Amino acid sequence: MKFGVVVFPGSNCDHDAWYAVSHNLGQPTEFIWHDASSLGDVDAVILPGGFSYGDYLRCGAIAKFSPVMQIVRKFAAEGGLVLGICNGFQILVESGLLPGALVRNRGLKFVCKPTALRVETTNSPFTSEATRGQRLIMPVAHGEGCFIADQRTLDQLEAEDRVAVRYLDNPNGSMRDIAGILNEGRNVMGLMPHPDRSSDPLMGSTDGLVIFKSMATALVAAH
Amino acid sequence: MTPEVIETHGLKPSEYDKIVALLGREPNYTELGIFSVMWSEHCSYKSSRIHLKKLPTRSKLVLQGPGENAGIIDIGSGYAIAFKIESHNHPSFIEPFQGAATGVGGILRDIFTMGARPIAVMDALRFGPLDHPRNRRIIEGVVSGIAHYGNCFGVPTVGGECVFEECYNGNPLVNAFALGIFRHDQIFYGKARGVGNPVIYVGAKTGRDGIHGASMASAEFSEEAKQKRPNVQVGDPFLEKLLLEACLEAMQTGAIVGIQDMGAAGLTCSTCEMGSRAGTGVEIDLKYVPQRETGMTPYEIMLSESQERMLLVAESGREEEVFRVFRKWGLDAVTIGRVTDDGILRVKDHGAVVAEIPNRDLADEAPLYDRPHTKPYRPAPLEPPPGLLNGGRKSLVLPDLIALLSSGDICSKRWIWEQYDYSVRTNTLAGPGSDAAIVRIKETGTSLAMSLDGNGRYCALDPREGAKLIVAECCRNLSCAGALPVAATNNLNFGNPERPEIMAQLVESIEGIAEACRFFETPITGGNVSLYNETLGEAIWPTPVMGIVGLMKTGQPTPMHFGQPGRSIVLLGGFGKTDDRHMGGTQYVKVILNSMWGLPPALDMDYEKRVQLTVRELIAAGLAESAHDLSDGGLAVALAESSFGDAAIGASVEIPSAGRAEFALFHEAPSRILISTSHPDEVLKIAAKNNIEAPHIGVTMEGRFRVQCGSETLVDCDLDRLKQPWETALERMLHQS
Repeated sequence: MKFGVVVFPGSNCDHDAWYAVSHNLGQPTEFIWHDASSLGDVDAVILPGGFSYGDYLRCGAIAKFSPVMQIVRKFAAEGGLVLGICNGFQILVESGLLPGALVRNRGLKFVCKPTALRVETTNSPFTSEATRGQRLIMPVAHGEGCFIADQRTLDQLEAEDRVAVRYLDNPNGSMRDIAGILNEGRNVMGLMPHPDRSSDPLMGSTDGLVIFKSMATALVAAH
Repeated sequence: MTPEVIETHGLKPSEYDKIVALLGREPNYTELGIFSVMWSEHCSYKSSRIHLKKLPTRSKLVLQGPGENAGIIDIGSGYAIAFKIESHNHPSFIEPFQGAATGVGGILRDIFTMGARPIAVMDALRFGPLDHPRNRRIIEGVVSGIAHYGNCFGVPTVGGECVFEECYNGNPLVNAFALGIFRHDQIFYGKARGVGNPVIYVGAKTGRDGIHGASMASAEFSEEAKQKRPNVQVGDPFLEKLLLEACLEAMQTGAIVGIQDMGAAGLTCSTCEMGSRAGTGVEIDLKYVPQRETGMTPYEIMLSESQERMLLVAESGREEEVFRVFRKWGLDAVTIGRVTDDGILRVKDHGAVVAEIPNRDLADEAPLYDRPHTKPYRPAPLEPPPGLLNGGRKSLVLPDLIALLSSGDICSKRWIWEQYDYSVRTNTLAGPGSDAAIVRIKETGTSLAMSLDGNGRYCALDPREGAKLIVAECCRNLSCAGALPVAATNNLNFGNPERPEIMAQLVESIEGIAEACRFFETPITGGNVSLYNETLGEAIWPTPVMGIVGLMKTGQPTPMHFGQPGRSIVLLGGFGKTDDRHMGGTQYVKVILNSMWGLPPALDMDYEKRVQLTVRELIAAGLAESAHDLSDGGLAVALAESSFGDAAIGASVEIPSAGRAEFALFHEAPSRILISTSHPDEVLKIAAKNNIEAPHIGVTMEGRFRVQCGSETLVDCDLDRLKQPWETALERMLHQS
């Protein structure tokens, strides 16, 4: 199996995601440049954190037009695993691959801190290795991480078991404490907290590794 | 040139005469502008240079000392680090957000222009008290400016410090430190070598922002300061991130000969310094310089301080390899001139020569001043005001301790550092709020500890001893992380050096730093001098800031917080000594007595070194479960801080009953470190071997904080009673209306 980490101009957690998957998880990983016309032979795509295209206009708003996102969209439509972390989540939302929006934090300031999360579903290739209700510690680091959506979308997400993880101590004002959601096909997940920063024993928590392990398990099963 | 034109360029008549003598003619207007920025205090260090020579700059680890964009230290395994600190004080007062943001941008460029990838930033901040709304606006702007730039760029802001004093009311200080890593074979220098090689401009387009920024930073502020706002540059961290990646990638091609960022004095400084260092000339034509505004004059283009620009010299014939990389990252890269053999900076505008000055005259012939210095200015008396210490005020330890813990200098700075991304790059083993930040190097299996320290109050009372105390504390912070201090950078923030009593503060501080850095074997590899920090004739206190870096093995760091109940608490270095005079610079006197006098605490450097050696040995032997140094607020504050971890483990300790309890609890004698251990006997053995005192003062306990003095209980409370005010103080101060 092979993971691909997309590099947009302004991505700055690309190397962190690469390191977490290649070193902490121990799976082959390569970078994919933003104007790539093909994803090559990767089996899963990670959209990393950062400030793609400077977050000009809105976070993720420019990235959705990049060449690589056109093929990521196709890859997702064909059932490929796509994980968007932080800015990657914002890009998925802007691209229409996930519902809702991510807006300025309630406190109006960038916030960087460890947060406690609860796994809400294990019925996904991103959380299958966790247990329902499991508490995970992962850091957040964002200025626009407040998840919002209309009532109907929120109800639908809940009804379809697509809220993947919730904050136990909501750092940004997200509606219904939502920290991560799945698409209808359950093969695309957006996550504001950073599993890439909580996969190394020296980083204070290895709880994020369960996300990557779940993905690896799903890829093995698919082969 | 009229005397008025010369004066508005910040040049003295004698300096102008020297320009005429060097050129053998009158300079034209563009040349005058070029001289004025290169000979400004900010660029030329003309008041400080003869004293800076006193600093130690060498050790077997120093690969590059002062004089380049940043100093370089060997860290083993074929890797090296580049680091430096730089101020952006003046711009941050005028326009806090952009001033601080571009301060971070500038120091980052200094690092990656050498080929190093920035992996850590720290900031030392000074503001006026927060009861003034303007100071609240400045701190909000500065902190969000630092966050804006560093977070987007993708470098973790891992530490720093923040202090509030009246003297920074009209002169906030923003000192940004950055550190980067590279392999020995990836080091680049700012030299324009190779006659005929192309001079290439890369990065952002040139605009009219920041013209005369360097000169502004070399003058005092008056009522008209706000009119200087257009002199402050505007930063774009996204562009800088692209510039970083493009530069590092272009360096890999092997086609780049030399490179320098355009910081203070922009295109002027980068061209003449690169030429001067290589002993070459540089000829450019301004028509090729990418511009974002129309109708810019040669004067404006040469003096612009637009951000996110670099100048590089490539091997002739290999330009396309460089251009290809910059195109990939969507950046401008154009050849604007070439290296010549005549040693002259020749600036053309559409072929017509508009300036012609020998590079050396600009970069190396700036006037040097041995400014008169008398006794350092003392803002406070030597003895305590009569009756203040012995006026029958019964010290109430608990309220005093709470007041100290919720004071601006001591309270938690979480509100600040939670706005900074301190964990990006997944290397931060110890982040903000720790004694020292620790950053792991994935490539070498080792880690770096780093700390910033300053204490204007101590230095105001005695600039020489104050400076030594700062070096000692900075090294102590690193030692508490188990790291061996190896090299330093300094930022010297002072008032107007033309006043002999201010110049004396500068000289004494430099000599103090020199003595201490020599003693602790932490050579200075570079730094920055910021003078004229005065508004309306009021100078800041002498505020040297030290940034020191230490080396250590990678591993789980020793925390500063107590982790388990029932552990022995040992005070390495002992209870220390003080007296009325040496209490006068403490936080206790500042916060509780609202006063200041006397001298900073007395430092015995030899003893300090032994205490630091001891804690490093204890950590290496796995005997210290926690370690935290004593500084502001003394023993009581250090004990409280050690108790503020997530585990909520407090302490029960006993202090000697001789002498005044508030002295024993709050005096700030250096060379002291609190550790917790489950092997007190072995700890005492190592302390005895190193000939230091190490009283076993108590035990850790769950959830409570107790201090006993003989039979008297001075404090006995729930930890939350102390932690809550400490945790929330800064926000309360910021949100008062």
